[in-house]
Amino acid sequence: MAYNFKETMNKPERLAPGHRMCAGCGGTIAVRNVLRGLHEGDKAVIGNATGCLEVSTFTYPYTAWEDSYIHNAFENAGATMSGVEGAYNALKRKGKLDETYKFITFGGDGGTYDIGFQSLSGAMERNHDMVYVCYDNGAYMNTGIQRSSATPMYADTTTTPVGSESNGKPQNRKDLAAVIAAHDIPYVAQTTFVQNFKDLHIKSEKAIYTPGAAFLNIMAPCPRGWRYDAPDIMEICKLGVETCYWPLFEVVEGKWILNYEPKKKLPIEEFLCKQGRFKHLFKKGNEHLIEAFQKEVDRRWEELQFRCSK
Amino acid sequence: MAKRERLSGNEAVAIALRQINPDVFPAFPITPSTEIPQYFSTFVANGQVDTEFIPVESEHSSMSATIGASAAGARALTATSSCGLAYMWEELYIAASNRLPLALALVNRALSGPININCDHSDSMGARDAGWIQIYAENNQEAYDNMVQAFRIAEHKDVRLPIMICQDGFITSHAVENIELLDDDTVKNFVGEYEPENYLLNPKETMAVGPYAITDYYMEAKRNQAEGMKHAVDVVKVIAKEFATISGREYGLFEEYRMEDAETAIVIIGSAAGTAKDAVDALREKGEKVGLIKIRLYRPFPADELAQALQNVKAVAIMDRAEGYTNHGGPLGADVMSALYRAKAQAFAVNYIYGLGGRDVRVEDIEGVFETLKQIVADGDAGETYRYLGVRE
Amino acid sequence: MATDIKNLGVKTKWQDLTEGMIIVGSGTSKDFNTGEWSSVKPEFIEEKCKQCLLCVPVCPDSCIPVKDMKRGAFDLEHCKGCGICVKSCPFGAITMEGVK
Repeated sequence: MAYNFKETMNKPERLAPGHRMCAGCGGTIAVRNVLRGLHEGDKAVIGNATGCLEVSTFTYPYTAWEDSYIHNAFENAGATMSGVEGAYNALKRKGKLDETYKFITFGGDGGTYDIGFQSLSGAMERNHDMVYVCYDNGAYMNTGIQRSSATPMYADTTTTPVGSESNGKPQNRKDLAAVIAAHDIPYVAQTTFVQNFKDLHIKSEKAIYTPGAAFLNIMAPCPRGWRYDAPDIMEICKLGVETCYWPLFEVVEGKWILNYEPKKKLPIEEFLCKQGRFKHLFKKGNEHLIEAFQKEVDRRWEELQFRCSK
Repeated sequence: MAKRERLSGNEAVAIALRQINPDVFPAFPITPSTEIPQYFSTFVANGQVDTEFIPVESEHSSMSATIGASAAGARALTATSSCGLAYMWEELYIAASNRLPLALALVNRALSGPININCDHSDSMGARDAGWIQIYAENNQEAYDNMVQAFRIAEHKDVRLPIMICQDGFITSHAVENIELLDDDTVKNFVGEYEPENYLLNPKETMAVGPYAITDYYMEAKRNQAEGMKHAVDVVKVIAKEFATISGREYGLFEEYRMEDAETAIVIIGSAAGTAKDAVDALREKGEKVGLIKIRLYRPFPADELAQALQNVKAVAIMDRAEGYTNHGGPLGADVMSALYRAKAQAFAVNYIYGLGGRDVRVEDIEGVFETLKQIVADGDAGETYRYLGVRE
Repeated sequence: MATDIKNLGVKTKWQDLTEGMIIVGSGTSKDFNTGEWSSVKPEFIEEKCKQCLLCVPVCPDSCIPVKDMKRGAFDLEHCKGCGICVKSCPFGAITMEGVK
C-alpha cells in the first residue's frame, strides 16, 4: 500500500503520554514514529535497553507502552528479544498461540554501539525476526552526557570535556549502521526526523515487516546533551542530513541504496554551530578542527556514495 | 516403566530435558556443562523435542534470552558452569526479581583464576544470594531426579522463582554410572503443561516487565520477593513427596546418613558426600558414632531443620568446596554455624575448605576429619575453626 | 486481570505490590501528570489550522491526539511545553511564549 502521511498519523498512539523523558526529547519522537510502522491490529512486544527511555517510560507503576514491554538490563536488549522471539516460535509450533506478533527493541547509542554491542551482534547474526532500533543521541545521556563510541569527534561531553589540552572527544564516531550491514542481515537503514517523517515511517514499516533481523539507526537529538534550543530539533535534523553528516540510506539484502542526496551539500559548520557541544570549534584558532571534521564527513560521504554506486 | 541405564550426569540431565520438552533453551558452551546443550541439540536436530534452541554468543546472553523467553510465557532454561555463571551474575538477580520460574542446569566448576576446569562450588556459592532456589546432587541419579522436579518447584504459584539444579563438574557430569530413568510419559505427566498467569505474549492482555522502581518501592519489592523464597521450602518437600510416588526415590531438604545416634557429623554438599559416606560406614564398622548430612536444598537454607538434625551432635565439621575469604571459612560454614547459634546448639563446629579446583577428596581424608572431631570433643575445645583439608603445607 | 495502579502508591505495603513488579495492562502513565512540569504551553489557533497533521509526529509526549484524520486540542495535562510543534506548523496555528 502506498505511503500516506495522514493515515500514518491517524493510527492509534502506541506510546502513551505521562512518561518522564525531558521536554523536547528526540528519543520518544523516534519511538512514536517507529511504532507507526506497525499495521493497525498487529500485536508487538517492545524491548528496551536500560537508558533514559527505559527509566522514564516504565517508572513503576506507570508504563507508557500500549504494547507488551520488557526491559531487562543495559547490555542485553538484543539477547532478551531473541528469547522473546524464541518463545513466540515455540508457542506457535506447539499450537499455543494463534496471533501474529512483531518484535521491536529500542536502545540508546550507549546500549547499542557500546555495552550492548555483543548482544546486538549475536541477535542480528542469528537473524531473529526482530527490529533493533537505535535512537542515537551520541552520548550516555541518562548518566549525564558521557562520551560513547557514537559521539562525534570534538564533541564536548562530561568525560571528554574541553580544556586547555582538550578539544573534546579525540576520536571519530563508530559507523554502526555499516558494521551491522556487515552482518548480512535482510534490512539495515539509517534515518532521522526529516521529510515530514516519510523516510522514517517507510523504513520502520519495512524493518518491521521484513522477515528476519532488521536494524534502524535513527539520529535522535538530545537538547540537553547537544545544547540547542529544544524547539529547533527539526532544523538540527535537517542540517544533519543536508551537510551529509547523517546521510539517509538503506541496505536491503546487502545492496546499499542512497535515499537522499542534497542538491547542495552544506558545510558542516551549519550543523555544528547550532550546538553548544561544538561551541569551542568556533573559537579563533580552531578553524583546523572544523576542517578536520569536514574532511571526515566528506570521506564518509564519498565512501557511502561508492557503496551505493555498486 | 522405569528403565535402567548407564549414563553420565550431563547425559542424564539432557534426557530429563528431552522428557520435559521445554519451550526455549538458549545456551553457550562452557566446560564441563557443554554436553548438556550438545546432547539437547541432537534431540532438536532429530525432532525429538519442540524446543526453540538458541545458540547465543555468550552466557550473559543465554541468561538474558532465557529471561526474555520466560517473561514471554515460555518454559525456558539454560545450562552453564563456572565463569559462565559469573558472567550471568547481573541477570540472575533480574530473573529472580521478575519472579520468573526458569531453570539453570549448573555443572559446578571452579572460578578463574587461575583458570581451572575442575569441580568446586565457587561458581554457585557466588550466586547464593541472588534469589534463586539452589538444589545440589550427589550423583547422576539425583541430578536427573532434581531436574525432573525443577519446574514443578519453580512454577508453583506460591514460589515463582528461578531454580538452579547443580551437579559436580566431571565427577558427576562426566562419570558414567548406573541410573534409573523414568519413562517419557511419566515425566511429561509429572511436569505438566506450563500455564503462566501473566506473560508478554498473552493475546488477551499486555504486560510490562522490568520497571524502574524508586526508593519508595524498592525495599517493598525485595520483601515481596523474599516471600516466594519462604514458601519454597514447603513446596520442595511437597514436590519431592509426589516425585517419590512416581519414582520410589525419596528426597527431602537434606539427607541424613547414619545420624540416629551420631556424636560427630559432617555437613557436606555434592559428590564428595559419596566418599564421605564410605568413611562413615568404615568408622561405623569400628563402632564410631559418626554421621553425615548432605545438603540438597541450599537456597533457601533449611536452617531450623538442620539445627534440629544436629541437636544431639557434640562436634560437627562443615565442608565447604568454596572459599569465602572471610578469614573464618566458607559460605556453608557461615550458614550452618549461624543455624546452630540461633538454635542455641552446644556442638563444637569447625569449617573445612576442601576440594578446590577438583582437588581429590579421599575416604582417608574424611576419616581424618572425624578423627579431628573426636579429638575436639575429648579436648572440649574446637581450636582453629577455619581449616583446610588436603592442601600441601 | 489488569493491574489497578490506583492501589500502587508510595505508601503501598509489600504484600500489595505486584508480583515481580510487573504491570498488567498498558498506558498507565496517563495517570501521571507531566503537564505540571511547565507553565508555558502551546496555544492552538484552530481557525488557522489546515489539518495537515505535521505537528503530530514531532511531539515527544503524544500530546496531539488525532481522530478521524483530524487533530484535536492539546493534551495539556501531559504537554511539557517543549515548543517543537510551534516550529512544525507551516500556518502559524500554534503559538507559544518564547518560541518564534
